[in-house]
Amino acid sequence: MSISLFLKRVSLIAGTALVSAAALSAQAADPVKVGFVYVGPVGDHGWTYRHDIGRQAIDAALGDKVETSYIESVAEGADAERVIRKLASSGHDLIFTTSFGYMNPTIKVAKDFPDVKFEHATGYKRAENVSTYGARFYEGRAVIGTMAGMMTKTNTIGYIASFPIPEVVRGINAFTIAMRKVNPDAEVKVVWVNSWYDPGKEADAAKALIDQGADIVTQHTDSPAPLQVAEERGVMGFGQASDMIAFAPKAQLTSIIDDWDQYYIDRTQAVLDGTWESQDTWDGIASGMVAFPEYSADVPEDVKAAAEVIREGIVDGTLHPFQGPILDQAGTEILASGEVLDDQALLGMNYYVQGVQGDLPK
Amino acid sequence: MNETLILTVLTIITAATPLVYAAIGELVVERSGVLNLGVEGMMLSGAVCSFATAHYTGSASLGILAGMLAGMLMALLFAFLTLTLQSSQVATGLALTLFGIGLTALIGQPLVGIAFGGLPSLDVPYLSQLPVVGPLLFSHDILVYGSFALVAAVAWFLNRSRAGLILRSIGDSHDAAHALGLRVIRVRYLATLFGGACAGIGGTYLSMVYTPMWVENMSAGRGWIALALVVFSIWQPGRLLLGAYLFGGISILQLHAQALGINVPAQLMSMLPYVTTILVLVLISRDRGRIQRNAPASIGQSFHPTT
Repeated sequence: MSISLFLKRVSLIAGTALVSAAALSAQAADPVKVGFVYVGPVGDHGWTYRHDIGRQAIDAALGDKVETSYIESVAEGADAERVIRKLASSGHDLIFTTSFGYMNPTIKVAKDFPDVKFEHATGYKRAENVSTYGARFYEGRAVIGTMAGMMTKTNTIGYIASFPIPEVVRGINAFTIAMRKVNPDAEVKVVWVNSWYDPGKEADAAKALIDQGADIVTQHTDSPAPLQVAEERGVMGFGQASDMIAFAPKAQLTSIIDDWDQYYIDRTQAVLDGTWESQDTWDGIASGMVAFPEYSADVPEDVKAAAEVIREGIVDGTLHPFQGPILDQAGTEILASGEVLDDQALLGMNYYVQGVQGDLPK
Repeated sequence: MNETLILTVLTIITAATPLVYAAIGELVVERSGVLNLGVEGMMLSGAVCSFATAHYTGSASLGILAGMLAGMLMALLFAFLTLTLQSSQVATGLALTLFGIGLTALIGQPLVGIAFGGLPSLDVPYLSQLPVVGPLLFSHDILVYGSFALVAAVAWFLNRSRAGLILRSIGDSHDAAHALGLRVIRVRYLATLFGGACAGIGGTYLSMVYTPMWVENMSAGRGWIALALVVFSIWQPGRLLLGAYLFGGISILQLHAQALGINVPAQLMSMLPYVTTILVLVLISRDRGRIQRNAPASIGQSFHPTT
């Protein structure tokens, strides 16, 4: 308790210091000012790292017309509000808040700054000046789930999860459904680490899962640590958020890359043009927001081919990762054959499908 | 199953070792009457400097040395501010952590995304081949053995040596110690530097063994856990070791329990290491007299020589 409190204070003070520095340096108010709030450090090589690559893409594409800045490692919750408020009051025109936990603070600050545009990642609350955006990462999970189902020998997949929110649960289910389609005997073991970013803990979770028979680990946390453990123990895994091949040249089969570049450029351009409107964006593989590096050389041809079928099917819309029949853990049908879960159902997902072991923490 | 058990114990050792280093250093610092809340910052600087050195020179031992020196350098800064300039120890310690997080992020920028082979384990000839005990006792890296040796050495130093007595007396009453002619500031400088070196090695363990890589803020709060361990162990090295292993052990076991599908809410599981460690250490340390004997009475206070 006191530890998290300390960290919150620490990040708050750091955040405030950065903002005031940013405010001082920006006196010529001509370019559109774009601010980013990050939940982790830009050097996490995962989630935050990819958002920062997106920020740099804005700089590269729009040059002098924009001025971007960011505040990293901002704790979710009440403290985030002050950081966002600081950004808004220091002349930023467009503010991206890039974590689910910034949802309420973003909405709250947006009310007080009607002229500032806000973009909140992975949330569901919108306003006149607040857009939401997210990526259909579950599409990527359907691709890697297919590969895992075909490549596991122990029929046990380890899944390192962060927090039991619909976003993460949806990923677990998409992965499991795809895996079960190609391998009905395979099971997914989930370990919750209750953190988005703690390399040591993520590594420990990977070790625990491998010790219990998992020969493939996948993760919904942000550091490359689990993949590094997979490499060391001689099992396989998938990169998260960015290409993590440097940490696991043998173990990484492929990776789900978050690619925000085009979205960030488009939205900034919209502010420049004065065409920005509140909207909800939820794009996937088709738009390039969810991307993959090349498959590792160790992936057999038939697995590559099967993964490509899923990927192409999702792109051209003939295949949906949540297509019926879908069974819950007890084996009861929750979606009939031929039907597809709508976005509403996906956004509120709070149950495990058949093939996931253990109970979902609520 | 046997194999699994051995691997689990090895994971626990990995989880506990950085805590042991950081905490045992801080224990000595606090026994001398100084409260350095900058453990997290010192750990991070140890982590980034050791990783950088090992990466660019290819030498693991130079890496360890660099980690130690980096921790000491941060501690020196803290000592200069609090002992020489007499700034508030609490505020300076917090600032040291903030400074450490930012500085290491800056230094570490070119290191993100680089993999590193890690520290070789020291397989004791013949003995490491023994079933069960071999892997459990005789095939760790040098830092694991070092941590046990260090705890034993600190326990001996504090309780059995004259220098340890001097250090403790300064921690209990710097005015009385000063009146006896003891060099309060010098001893506190040395203790703080020792704490920095230990925290630096704790950080080194993170970036070279635990997860052999550099990512920003990779200590993820372990410095604060080390600080808490010192207090809950009522400043006794043996209990501190117990506490670190208890904490490490339960954090690993709860992950295993989850993977086994044991039906306990994950949030509760995550709480378990903290709750158990605190509970056990509080229960075995209920003796009020013992707390009074061990708690450094003048901790956190600035020393103004009156003459």
